[in-house]
Amino acid sequence: MSVDLGLSPDQESIAELFNGFFSNEAPPAVARAAEPLGFDRELWNKVIELGAPGMGCAVEIGGGGASLSDLVVVAETVGRSIAPIPLIDHLAALSVLTESDLVAGEAIAAVAVRPADANGIWSLVPAGAVADVVIGVDGDETIVVRSAPPMSGPRNHGSMPLADRSAREGTRTILGPASLFEVVLDRWKLLTAAALVGIAETAKELGVAYVKEREQFGVPVGSFQAVQHGLADLPVAIDGGRLLTHKAAWALDNVTDGLIDWANNEITDGSTLATMAFLFAADSAVMATDRSLHYHGGYGFAEEYDIQMYYRRARGWSLILGDSTSVGLSLADLLFGTVEG
Amino acid sequence: MDFALSSDVVEFRDEIRSIIREFVTPEVAARMHTTGVFDAPELNLELGRRGILERACPGLGKGDPIEMYVMFNELEKAGAPYDGLAVALMIAAVVNKLGTDEQKERIIPSIISGEALVCMGYSEADFGSDLASIKTRAIKDGDEWVINGSKMWTTLAQVAEWLILLTRTDLDLPKHKGLTMFMLPMNTPGITVEPVHTLGTEITNATWYDDVRVGDEAVLGDENGGWRTMTTVLAFERGVMGGTNAGVPLLRHFHEWAVANGVFNEPTTRERMARSIIDMQVATLLTMRSAWIAASGGMPGLEGSMTKVFAVEAYQRASRWTQATAGPAGLLQFHEEGAAGEGFVEYDARHSPVMSIYGGTTEINRNNIAERHLGLPKSR
Repeated sequence: MSVDLGLSPDQESIAELFNGFFSNEAPPAVARAAEPLGFDRELWNKVIELGAPGMGCAVEIGGGGASLSDLVVVAETVGRSIAPIPLIDHLAALSVLTESDLVAGEAIAAVAVRPADANGIWSLVPAGAVADVVIGVDGDETIVVRSAPPMSGPRNHGSMPLADRSAREGTRTILGPASLFEVVLDRWKLLTAAALVGIAETAKELGVAYVKEREQFGVPVGSFQAVQHGLADLPVAIDGGRLLTHKAAWALDNVTDGLIDWANNEITDGSTLATMAFLFAADSAVMATDRSLHYHGGYGFAEEYDIQMYYRRARGWSLILGDSTSVGLSLADLLFGTVEG
Repeated sequence: MDFALSSDVVEFRDEIRSIIREFVTPEVAARMHTTGVFDAPELNLELGRRGILERACPGLGKGDPIEMYVMFNELEKAGAPYDGLAVALMIAAVVNKLGTDEQKERIIPSIISGEALVCMGYSEADFGSDLASIKTRAIKDGDEWVINGSKMWTTLAQVAEWLILLTRTDLDLPKHKGLTMFMLPMNTPGITVEPVHTLGTEITNATWYDDVRVGDEAVLGDENGGWRTMTTVLAFERGVMGGTNAGVPLLRHFHEWAVANGVFNEPTTRERMARSIIDMQVATLLTMRSAWIAASGGMPGLEGSMTKVFAVEAYQRASRWTQATAGPAGLLQFHEEGAAGEGFVEYDARHSPVMSIYGGTTEINRNNIAERHLGLPKSR
């Protein structure tokens, strides 16, 4: 054990493989064509061939035995390409689900990130429109339901396959107490954070490429300091988000009884770090897409430019968990304990 | 990635913590606010006595940048006065890298024993960010150099034994190429020090140089190679020697006050606090990255710029909202009844603005990032 903030050679290979795969198989035109539902079955079938859906499962049940740190590397490539497949949700659900059709990816799993209402409805489940299996909390239990996906849902800002799903209709299994779900939600926040880092990274690249090319007053607009300084914040936020996300993965993989000693800035508790990474990466992705869209000038507003797709997903993928204040307060509860009364 | 410190470094950290507990008493920590000197000689001497300064100094002893990061991070989080130590160690590292054997023998022991401090004469009244344009002259006169001019922001000049001084030695060469760095004792005749009182309590100085005479032994690095010496200094400075977690003690002080005054259960306060704690984690991870790059044999210059931009603004954000949340109590200074965070809330609101200036303004750092990281055209 000692500080090492680089990717392992294996992770470098994973990044190269998935970045290569998505740039070949899921260029922005694929995400565009999959709108408004936000799902491409053909692309999902191709990631099955890569073994991605079961990558984080144990080798004994046919999975890839990958660590969370490895999955974070994959999740960032999903964000970079905004590939229209629910890989993040599926990988998160499979932290506790082990059915062979899920491990193989023949069936898709989604995570109901907010508890069911009094009628047992999970509202606006990410990937809920296309998932065969949904895991979430109903009352004080963690429930898994298998039922036919609607394959449609409300049109939304992030072109995500959202849908309401019932926690009580279909084949319902009680997995355990509600607390069991925490590990699923931690993993969902972690992998979503990594995907948001990926969104920010591509938004930065699109913005920088545009300002180098676009000329006004006879020079590239990227030569103006006002534009440069707005863009200079992006790699900082991206690198910070990536480090925090990897720290959360490292803690969830390796640390038991981690510290939440915020007063000395010593935090090694995986759940706390996953929520921190989620909040930070969400803010970073929103900032990166805001700025990149802005520096595209009027063209950023034109649907034919890609930056608007990233702009919408930066908000969609993060706000689906809940409003930013509530998520911030949930972190406060982890850090300071809950407020009495 | 692995975020765990090695067992060696954990042991080192625990030693630093125990030294801080013993030597950075509340009286020592408070003294900087009355003297305006951000330094604790008893702490420096103890670190020197135990061989820790030699061990931590880049290029000397063990010279592990991770240990250097840990040491300054611990000092900063504890609210210890460490500015004097940081400057001295940084310059010791530069002497070690660029100095002659004679200079190393003459200068370094006085610093790594914790006895001598160093002040830095770079900026002038008319040249700050545009440092390469400075006018202080050094002219060769036989075997000697004669130095004339003046410097601004020569912090610690009133207590330092050594001065590192950037001068112009050739008017005919392009501005970056006619500079020479000197390292000389502060008691060299011809140096005048006048205090400059600042918003952030720290007393810095204006210094004047009137026919200051030194020999070649005072030239640090090559004649007319001063800019290279300067960039070596900056590479050590922008990275791992503190200045990236200043918000941590502030949040601790604010929290104590907010709990005691029944305002900590306000959702807005809890959320702001939580978000500042995220910022502090990110700042320390970015700092740790610089240390890791240095430990892997790289020069984290650009990463240092990135860290500084983020960390300083995170501290400034924390300072802004804690004071705004405290209201009138956030206006009260040290030792006043009812002062928020025992006066730290008010103090940090005065101290935080300087951090985006010294050691390279955030604008200069953003220029670096835009040009060197994003590959955008030079804008000036």
